[in-house]
Amino acid sequence: MGDRFPRGKVSVAGLATYGVGEWPGYSNIELAANATRLALADAAIPLDQVDGVFICLPDDLFAGLSLAQYLGIHPRFTDNNRAGGASFMSHLVTAVMMLEAGYLDCAVIAYGSNQRSSGGKLSTPARPDRWDTPYAPMYPLSYYALVAARHMHQYGTTREHLAEVAVAARGWANTNPEAFAKGPLTIEDCLKARLISTPISVKDCCLVTDGAAAMVLTRTDRAKDGPQPLVPVLGAAAATWYNSVTQAEDITITAAAESGARALAMAGATPADIDVVQLYDAFTINTILFLEDLGFCAKGEGGAFVSGGRIGPGGALPVNTNGGGLSCCHPGMYGMFAMTEAIRQMRGQAANQIGGARLALAHGNGGTLSAQATVIFGNAETV
Amino acid sequence: MTGASALWDEALAQGRLLLQRASPQAKAIFPPREMAPLSGEPLECFEASGLGTIYSLTWIQRRPPEPASNVVIVELAEGARMMGRVEGADEATLRIGMPVRVRIADGADGPLVVFDLVEAA
Repeated sequence: MGDRFPRGKVSVAGLATYGVGEWPGYSNIELAANATRLALADAAIPLDQVDGVFICLPDDLFAGLSLAQYLGIHPRFTDNNRAGGASFMSHLVTAVMMLEAGYLDCAVIAYGSNQRSSGGKLSTPARPDRWDTPYAPMYPLSYYALVAARHMHQYGTTREHLAEVAVAARGWANTNPEAFAKGPLTIEDCLKARLISTPISVKDCCLVTDGAAAMVLTRTDRAKDGPQPLVPVLGAAAATWYNSVTQAEDITITAAAESGARALAMAGATPADIDVVQLYDAFTINTILFLEDLGFCAKGEGGAFVSGGRIGPGGALPVNTNGGGLSCCHPGMYGMFAMTEAIRQMRGQAANQIGGARLALAHGNGGTLSAQATVIFGNAETV
Repeated sequence: MTGASALWDEALAQGRLLLQRASPQAKAIFPPREMAPLSGEPLECFEASGLGTIYSLTWIQRRPPEPASNVVIVELAEGARMMGRVEGADEATLRIGMPVRVRIADGADGPLVVFDLVEAA
């Protein structure tokens, strides 16, 4: 028992981004509220019909209450799940279940952050635990560095492999008008880049940008009559194995191995069926780990898998087709943006549209490879 | 009445690194807990041998002339892992898999577990 999911019963009715890149002069909730307004307009649903609010903000532990107040609505349910960058995939799990059960009729998932304009650094209230703090790891960077170092030791992964991920992301970003980081980037550029916490260099790290995104979810029977191409949710699963990655059984295997398998099973799909993949690439090692854990290649083979431009424009597997957190945007918790690009691909509205794509996977990551959550989106043909 | 963390702190202040286990055969646990993970069984404390190997390592780079500093995860001989720092180590030669030994040093906020390389005999 367990893991029953209403495949295709709930769909994305509306979607919007706001202030992606550099958007000075706005607070986090102002950005999130603007994205919500635009997502509802995209769905042609009035604000007073929203009865579920799902949000995680960098600085507001009561964000669900704050957004309801800001919008002037009285939702039946609010949720501020704070599983870091995977929060929004977890929000989606809850929202889908509540919509299908008839508890809610219209749910909004929103995020907004002004971290580039307000401080220029990752904005997060998360900290290392008391056992790690005395050793002064960079949070979260050094944790990802420790995983990357072990992955290299265990499987022979190299800095060139990491560079392939960054170069592929930049390739997609270069033809995406919304992407923040553009311009040529070579493997050589990445290898020469300044190291921060070995083996991670500045080119292995995601951007620090502003940005907001929101989506509107309704039951599919209603979304079918909406103005946008139908994007049903076919599967969604969150998995939790630990909080600090130092407590992992094997530091090179994340709970994505569980969330991915479960989400794919709900959708009735295998990795080979997925046409386009959106992964939370906080660091280049993430893309390699998640391609392995989600089943696109075997554990330890991720470095070889991404080589030769395989995940970049023109490659065999389109990954992070917006440019990802590495080159499109990273307003602190990127999960919402991985889903945004997956939904755009399913609608046929992406800047780098993959022709004929019918199934998209969006994967979120939070903390130090801690929270993992996977969502499978389809199109009208897949329900 | 004292929780597992405070007991661990007290032992460290006396110069002992404590680990826990549910039975003499079970894998050691760190950080300290009130009960065994999954089984919920009571845990016994015991003193670590102090030996371990480097499971992973990173060097945080500083603006020269300040030298880089390391952060490691050590797998203790008893099976538990903990974060730490290898003192007196060289970035050019420190490697995953090298044997290390616990030393309890004076940290900025009290006693602190650090590691020294075990020189090959």
